[in-house]
Order: sequence, then C-alpha cells, then structure tokens
Amino acid sequence: MPRGVGGRRGEGVRSDCYIAVETRDAGGIDIALKSKVESMYGESIAGLVRRGLEFFGIEHAAVEVEDQGALPFVIMARLEVAVKRLDPSEKREFLPETAPECRYASRRDRMRRSRLYLPGNEARFMINAGLHEPDGVILDLEDSVHPAEKDAARILVRNALRQVDFFGSERMVRINQGGLGQEDLESVVPHNVHVVLIPKCESAEEVIAVDEKIQAVRKERGVENEVYLMPIIESALGALKAYEIASASPNNVALTIGLEDYTADIGTRRTPEGRESFWARSAVVNAARAAGLQPIDTVFSDVRDMDGLRASVLEAKSLGFDGKGCIHPRQIRVIHEAFAPTRAEVERATRIVLAFEEAEKKGLGVVSLGSKMIDPPVVKRALHTVDMAIAAGVLDADWRDSE
Amino acid sequence: MKREYELVENAVGRLVPTVVNGKEQVPYMGVAKHRPEGRKAAPPIASAADYPADGDKVVKDLRTALEAAGLKDGMTVSTHHHLRNGDFVANMVFDVAAEMGVKDLMWFPSASFPCHARNIEHMDSGVIHHIEGSMNGPLGRYCSEGRMRGMGVLRSHGGRYQAVQDGEVHIDIAVIAAPTADPFGNANALEGPSACGLLGFALADSQYADKVIVVTDNLVPFPCVPWQIQGNYVDYVVAVESIGDPEKIVSGTTQITRSPDRQLIAELTARFVREAGIMRDGFSFQAGAGGTALAFAIYLKEMMKEAGVKARFVRGGSTQYLVEMLEEGLTDYILDGQTFDLEGVRSMRENPGHVWTSPFTSYNYNGKGFFGTMVDVVVLGATEVDVDFNANVVTHSDGVLLHGIGGWQNCLFSKCTILPIPSFRDRIPVLVDEVTTLVGPGELIDVIVTERGIAINPARRDLLDAVRGSDLPVRPIQDIKADVEKIVGGPPARPEFGDKVVAAIKWVDGTVIDCVRQLP
Repeated sequence: MPRGVGGRRGEGVRSDCYIAVETRDAGGIDIALKSKVESMYGESIAGLVRRGLEFFGIEHAAVEVEDQGALPFVIMARLEVAVKRLDPSEKREFLPETAPECRYASRRDRMRRSRLYLPGNEARFMINAGLHEPDGVILDLEDSVHPAEKDAARILVRNALRQVDFFGSERMVRINQGGLGQEDLESVVPHNVHVVLIPKCESAEEVIAVDEKIQAVRKERGVENEVYLMPIIESALGALKAYEIASASPNNVALTIGLEDYTADIGTRRTPEGRESFWARSAVVNAARAAGLQPIDTVFSDVRDMDGLRASVLEAKSLGFDGKGCIHPRQIRVIHEAFAPTRAEVERATRIVLAFEEAEKKGLGVVSLGSKMIDPPVVKRALHTVDMAIAAGVLDADWRDSE
Repeated sequence: MKREYELVENAVGRLVPTVVNGKEQVPYMGVAKHRPEGRKAAPPIASAADYPADGDKVVKDLRTALEAAGLKDGMTVSTHHHLRNGDFVANMVFDVAAEMGVKDLMWFPSASFPCHARNIEHMDSGVIHHIEGSMNGPLGRYCSEGRMRGMGVLRSHGGRYQAVQDGEVHIDIAVIAAPTADPFGNANALEGPSACGLLGFALADSQYADKVIVVTDNLVPFPCVPWQIQGNYVDYVVAVESIGDPEKIVSGTTQITRSPDRQLIAELTARFVREAGIMRDGFSFQAGAGGTALAFAIYLKEMMKEAGVKARFVRGGSTQYLVEMLEEGLTDYILDGQTFDLEGVRSMRENPGHVWTSPFTSYNYNGKGFFGTMVDVVVLGATEVDVDFNANVVTHSDGVLLHGIGGWQNCLFSKCTILPIPSFRDRIPVLVDEVTTLVGPGELIDVIVTERGIAINPARRDLLDAVRGSDLPVRPIQDIKADVEKIVGGPPARPEFGDKVVAAIKWVDGTVIDCVRQLP
C-alpha cells in the first residue's frame, strides 16, 4: 500500500509529531494515536487529522500518529507533508488560520541589530523566540535543514508564519539557493514575510532572480506587503562582487556576511582575532554603505561566551556594522547593549540633533555647534545614534523634554 | 467491597475522604482555621539501666537491630531522603524485612526517589502494605494505577513533622542513615564518604519513634560532633559498608537552566523582587535548587550587588551559588534545610553562618510559630496553577501522581510567594481553569511569573501598587491563560478518573485538602 510519512519520533523529539498515512481502497479512516497529551488533546488531534484527510480528499487510509505535544499548526504541517510525499502531484495547502498577531508590517529602515536564526524544521524553538525581543527572527530553510526535509520545513515555516506570534520582530526567511529557493518563495511569500535572506550570493543575477520570483508570487497571490531582501556574502567571489550584489535590487535593505563558509572558501579557518576576514567584512560594510543598505555582521557561534560576544559586537560596531546574527536568544541582550551608543556618543549626538533642529527652525542652511560647522553626514549619523540610544533604552524617547 | 470512607466537600470545594487508612480525618477548613486539640504524642519512657554504660550500642547487622527493635507485621517503619537518589538504606530495610518474613508494613519515608522503585516488588509481595510519604516517578505511577493496598498520604516536610508530633502517625521503628555516627548513636551528615550536610528530616523520627536505629558507613569514636541526631534517642547502631552512592547524593556542581525561556522567567522574577521593593537591606529569600530557581538567585545576586543590598538570611536548599553569596558577604546566614552540592556540604562544615535547620524550626505549623513565615520572598515551582491562583505540585495534568510536596506548602506562608513557571510545556497548559489536584490554596500564592507576563493575585493590592509604573509585563492571569489556550488549541479535556481514592493530600495543619483518584 502507498505510504507517506512526515515528522519525527524517537528520543529527544519534543513539540513535534510523526504521522504516517497509508491509503487503501476501502475501510474508511483508521487513526492509531499515541500522544503524551492524549488525555487532554487526543480527540482534538484525531479531529484535526480527519479534517486534513477530508481536505485532501482521502477517504480510506490507515493513519499512525505519534505525538510529543505538537501544537496544531505543527500537526497540520506534518500531515500535509505526509500526504504530499504519498502523492507528489498534490499541490493544495492545508493552511491554518492567519492569527491577527501575524499581520504587522515592517519598514525598510527599521533597526536590525540582532537577527535570531531558527531552524526551519524545529517548531519548539519558534514558539517563544519573539519573547526574547530580537529585532528579527530568521526562519531558516537552508543550512539548518537536512536535504531530505526541505519539503517538510517549507510547510512548517509557512504554517509558523501564519500562527506564531513573533511579538514585533521582523519576520525573515532564509531560502535555499537556486531552484529549491524558488519553490521556497512560492510557499512562504504569501504569508507576510518581511525579509528574504539570499544565501551564498555571488552575483546581481541571483538577487534579481529572487526578486523577480517574489514579485511574481506577490502578483499571483495578491500580496500587498513589500518583501525586502538581505543577500548573504559567503565566498571570495561574493565578497569581490559585494557592491554589485548590494545595488542589484531596490528591495535590498541590508547586506550581511557568513564567515564559516567564507573562511573555508578562501582556504583558511576562523580565528578569534578574525584577521583572515577583516577585508571581507570591510568590503561588505563599504558595499552596503555605498548602496544605502545596512551592513550586518556574521553570527557569533560560542553561545556560552558572553564576554567574547560583547567584544565581537564592539569590534563589528567599530568596523561600521549595524547588526549581528545570533543563534541563541540569550545573545540578543548582549548584542543590543553592545550596539547601544556610549554615554559620550549620546551626549554629543543629542547636542548635534538639537542644533540641527534649531537651524531648521530658523531656516539656516548650515548647522553649527559652538564655533564649529556640522556637516550633513554628521547630522545624519547623530540622528541614527539617537534612534539607537532610544531603542537600547539608554535615552528616553522624550529626551527633548527632559533636556 | 464496602469503602471505609465517605467523600465530603472541604473549604476549597474538593471532595476528600473522611477516613484514611483507618484514621478519621478533618477536611481542610481554610488557612489558619483549624485548631488542633489535645497533647502531643510521646514515645515510651526508657531507662539508662537497659542501655550499655560504655555507650556502645553497636549491633552486628541491620537484621539484628530490626529483630531487637521488635519488627513485626503491620508496623510503621520510617526512613529519610537526605541521601536522595543515592540512598541504599531504605532498600536494605525492606530487603531485610522480606528476609525475616514480615508483612504489611507501612513505609513512612520523608520522601522517596527513583532509587527506591524496587520497593514496588515489596508491595507486590506483601512486605509493604502502603506508603505514606512523597512518591516520585515509578512509585507515584504505581499508586496512581491503584495498585497499592492502602491509601497513599502526601504531606509537606512540615506536615510530616506535625503528623508525627501530633500522633497522627506513630513510628514503630525509625531507621536513620547517618554519614557519620559514634557507637552511642550521635550522628551528623557533615563528614564521611556519604556526607550530605544535615539530618533535619530525621529529627521528628528520632524524638518520637518507639525505636531508633542509626545506620552508618563512617563509625567514629564518641563523641561524634556536632550531634545533629542525639544518641540519647537512639537504641541501636549498625555499621555497614556503604549507606549510599556519593555521586547521586550530592552533585559535584549544580546546573542552572540553559533554557532561554526559563532564564527569561528567572530574570523577570528577580526584576519583580527588585521593583516591588522586596530586595532591600536586611531582607530574606528562599529559592530551591531547580534550574529556574537557581537562575533567579543568580540574577538577584547581580541586582543586589549593583544596588549594594545585603540579605539577613537566605533559606536553602543550599548550592554553590548560595555559598558564594554567603562568602561574598551578600547574606549574613544561610538557614539550610537540605544541601544539594559538595560546596554546600563544605560550607556547612566550615562556616558558622551556614546553619542546619529542621522541619521543626522552619516549617512545623502545629507549633509556636515557624520561621517560614518570616521569609520575605520565596520562589517555588508548580505543575499547574488555576485562575484563582490555586496550585498543584503533585500530579501532572493527566492526573498521574509524580511528585512529592516537599517543603512547598510550608513555604507558601512567606510574605511573598512567587511561582516562576512556563505558561505551557509542549502542548500542556500550566495555567488552567481548575487545577487537577489542589495542593496550595490561591490565597497564599501571590505572583505567577511566566514567559508571557506576570500575574499578581488581585488580593495583593500592595504588590500591584508596588510595581505600578515599572516596565514589568504585569497582566491579568486570565489574559495569559487566554494566550496559552490560543496557542495550544483550546483548553485541555479534563482527565477521567476512576472512583477509588489512591492518595490523600494533607494540608500543613493535618487536615485533608485534596485527594488523588485512580487512573482509569
């Protein structure tokens, strides 16, 4: 009998489930359910599975469900992938409702100090991710997902985009390269994705291909929100072409770098000092700034070394980066604190901003502080510093009143 | 079969049995409503004429001691859990009892651990009739499935002292595992290969049992000092090869939680304590050795240092983290009830500011006060909390008995009781409409800290006022519960139970606050 299997079971599996669907010619639907929440949600799980099978028009099947406390949107995703593996021609989507909490918008120029990577096939890390208040969450379909599970992760991420409250964090998805990435876009773009991360980017064409696919899906599915792009430089070629990549699309908002792949590509290893990547990081900062994008640094991968992380963020900040990747929620606070302007920086910036506003009020073309003229880029930088300071909580939003 | 009990509704609306294991019960009447009458229990008067003048009470083995103590069918035998999951002694006792052909014993442990699971065999074979004491893991499941002959009785640490003191439980023979002892029976837990800190859980047993046996693997010449257990209460001393597995008694290091969500909850809890003005010079707090509680203590310590605040005392379960606070001068004392790691044992041995206590001083409700009421803030766990702030620690939402009460009920009497808990685990809601088993009444539970916000008991206007204007995410408990139900797909179905009551849950004053029913 034809059999399709989705999800996971066994040691260490939590907040997930395993579903095997075996269709047959007669006999209706039989569900064999084993669940750690059986006494509480057994009927709810069986009901959801029946609803799914009905949705896909399956009338006769033996279904095995082994559940470790999966939430409904996870069960739906696992059932859908089981059905699609059973019948690869099945294109319908068994969608959970879109929760109102999933409808907020982003902005091109919002802060992107921290972005938290979440493995796309692991529901349990997604559910509370937003509570840790990263500037962005990245639902990752690429390196954190086993090649055999790409289809499953795509469906799970899509359902998460419709159901999980990320509490105002920017909703990002890292797609796969090439054709897989195009399929990823079909699946996720209709569900309020704010930013698409393009991995291992080496040319303007790759950015354009992603952008065009996004626009096509937006048009086809009537997606109203903008979908921004963040290419990731992860190779020598990518680093050399950084500006070309950064300026390839008006939808680019940030440019970032992935150092694990980059250092391997140039034939070396990452060191704590990072001399081997200094050029590439600087190239990314310069390309991004030249194209008007936010330069964002790589991740810091030792989740226990908070002092190392802080030093790494301060270094990134001194190189010109606006943000840093993270792989553990506890890194977020440290990143935000380290990116926060110092007291001296805030003091200087607020004086410049006040002088600028004063000059504007008086209709003066030139801003001056004491006897010194202030150039427009310095004013721009000061405005940015003030924003960062407010976001980091080191300056009151109504600081003008308390002056 | 005719039941020996009826079910009556108590003051929190729970149906509880009127008779438990042949003894009449008082249904729970409310906090501070019940007044016990009569006089305390007492063991028979002994005479020094019957004990060796040279003070040598050592007998050849445990069987000899148990025979001399008169072990026979139907007796109550007590053991203690200071050796935790490394304890060998409780198992030895019932193995010897089985060898002697004794039946129908009541086992009265201060707590049981998974290492005691083999006593299931002794229940199946009839050596043990039933258990009155916490039943963790496999023993809890055994009880839940209705396989135990008598009814389980769960008491808090303070409630256990109270039950012994009040004569509710008469201990025929107490067997005390002692990391160090002398031939007279003086004992402590500060030295020896199985050193675990203190013996407070055995205090009541030493004072009130008819016969007391001390079992040690580190026999020293008289005097064994300090004498945490006094030899004047002891009948027999037995030396054995080993009383426990040191690796499972105390851990080398205690782990704080790695879970980012638990850390978030712990940090919110510490911030609450600071913002509410509880963290001030001379204050006191209690946090257990669970991962979240430890993380709380670490966050609080940083905040205390930052604010230059010092505590008068910290109530343990002690760990290396509390020891650091003591040694850094952030607290004058640790008042310890149970030592969880090697640093705690060392500190207790060396530092006069690290004080060993017992359930009598810290928790006994039927007495002339207890210091649990003087603690400014206590941080505890729970398996479920309902919208009236009632909480459960003994069963899971599926109704299976899995944990003991420990000192939990006793700690609720602190000035501010906080439960830092996740609002759901996997798909299991922790915030519910009604707890499966009501172990702690909501009127004593002040604050619930979850990853989705902080709920303050509306009865605590003072706390609500204290944190008004702070940036803490204070929300009504119903709102947090509604969020959870949206995530998990609606409220859970209530577990179905059989009719039979398998365990009674005692309140600190000896009344019955709830019971556990058999699983279908």
